[in-house]
Amino acid sequence: MSPELLIGSITLFVLAIFLGVELITKVPATLHTPLMSGANAISGISIVGALIGANVAYSGGNTAISGILSFVAVVLAMINVVGGFAVTNRMLNMIAGKKRRGA
Amino acid sequence: MSAILDFMSNWISVGYLFSAILFIMGLKKLGHPRTAPRGNQLGALGMLVAVVVTVASMQLEGGAQWTLIIAGMAIGSLIGYWMAVRVEMTGMPEMVALFNGFGGAASALVALSETWKYIDGGAVPAGLELTVTMVAAGLSALVGWMTLTGSLLAMYKLKGGVEIFGKWIKTPTWGPAWLNPVKVILVISVAVLIYMSILEPGNSDYLWAIIGISCVLGIILVLPIGGADMPVVVSLLNSLSGIAAAFTGFIFSNSVLIVAGSLVGASGIILTFIMCKAMNRRLIDVLFKSFGGSGEKADLTRTKVGSDADEVAMMIDGAQKVIIIPGYGMAVSQCQHQVKEFADLITEKYDTEVKYAIHPVAGRMPGHMNVLLAEANVPYEQLIEMDEINSEFPDCDVAVVIGANDTTNPAARSSEGPLAGMPIIDVDAARTVVIIKRSLSVGYAGVDNDLFYMDKTMMLFGDGKKMMTALNNSIKEN
Repeated sequence: MSPELLIGSITLFVLAIFLGVELITKVPATLHTPLMSGANAISGISIVGALIGANVAYSGGNTAISGILSFVAVVLAMINVVGGFAVTNRMLNMIAGKKRRGA
Repeated sequence: MSAILDFMSNWISVGYLFSAILFIMGLKKLGHPRTAPRGNQLGALGMLVAVVVTVASMQLEGGAQWTLIIAGMAIGSLIGYWMAVRVEMTGMPEMVALFNGFGGAASALVALSETWKYIDGGAVPAGLELTVTMVAAGLSALVGWMTLTGSLLAMYKLKGGVEIFGKWIKTPTWGPAWLNPVKVILVISVAVLIYMSILEPGNSDYLWAIIGISCVLGIILVLPIGGADMPVVVSLLNSLSGIAAAFTGFIFSNSVLIVAGSLVGASGIILTFIMCKAMNRRLIDVLFKSFGGSGEKADLTRTKVGSDADEVAMMIDGAQKVIIIPGYGMAVSQCQHQVKEFADLITEKYDTEVKYAIHPVAGRMPGHMNVLLAEANVPYEQLIEMDEINSEFPDCDVAVVIGANDTTNPAARSSEGPLAGMPIIDVDAARTVVIIKRSLSVGYAGVDNDLFYMDKTMMLFGDGKKMMTALNNSIKEN
């Protein structure tokens, strides 16, 4: 890893934090829970790290502990991603009143 | 050949950039009622792009482990989807907390897996790369494991307890003042352990110690916080799980992990502040002052004679305007369908105008009442936010409070006490007030509620669902 790459990563990190702070300003109370839940699903982005880690471990023939750990990480991250977006979708549909269960 | 490789690595970066843009737009749209469903879809699309780009790049750079990837993703997707469609609307807050814990654990596991390679005998890098990997993995582990244990505890706090061998055990709230310096000491010791793990990357003892301390930190962070503050805590833990993902990004120098992780981290902390503000609390107080639950509560010296369903039904007969004020108790007894039935009955029988007054922090999560009432098919137009409906109470014949307490307590208008300054619903301005509640006991803030003792107030003591059913039956017979 070159120092330039590290500085580049830190730049991204700092700028994205500033952007995130500006992104959320006034949110009506009704949307607090769905917004939290949607952001939670996005934090499942660790799926990318889990996939890379698992692939490297298994490609290297290293299916021992680090391989198992990253496989479990893939499963957990995917639960977070799919479950998070699905649950948010359900909530928003109910709040917006588009799809109603029963009647 | 190198030109092709150059192009490929750029292509990956462009893909990640596209995915990051989708996340940003998605988060922005999630904050507005009309665009929120689209925002969620954009976020999901961004995630799909990120995953496809990652898998494609692995395939192009020497072959992806398809069996492993497909198996892991299929298992995770099925479990996640199954949980998401199965959960009752009342259990939504717990589910969000649980998913959040999984996200944190995934980041922490990735970090652990990367550092475990050195213990498995993999080549240990030198200099800057080793330092960056160990620091990023250490911080990711600290935040990730903390998020996991903290979220699990938050989930059980939201549930109120845990059932072990058929016995219901209440989730404790415990936090003496000396616990705060302990938290600081534990964070410092993790920093020291990370430093030692850089000096000795092959030593697994440091990793175990970091994991253990981080798990304990998550628990002692959430343990002192009472059930009603859990929304704020879950939101904060959500922010932390984003930060953990960003730290994992530093291990791989992966742009989309860093950007998406820090976006969630930063927007999550802002949302946490917004939620605190709605509850008129300061984040510092929520986190470091054990408040409510175990705190002192006002002694109840006054009494009030309860009414029965028939009396209330008679009083509602002929009411022109009824406002329903739902609270935590409606969520607990899950009586939203009975509440809807009640509204339908009086609208049909007496041509009464029915509205619902929604306090911003009623229930166990902001917006919780809206979701519950929407589940019972209450029209969205009847749900009125506090600021708009407060002026209508003087014209209101009957205000029906269902399991709400602090959000209606006139004591909040005074400048003293734990509730001071919290915005409340002006229920006391209504001509008659009906309160359905298990007892006269104080709410979360531990303040006695004058509203209960007013002459115009009728108390229906009992479980929300039972009392609503009884009331509906009385109205039908009336």
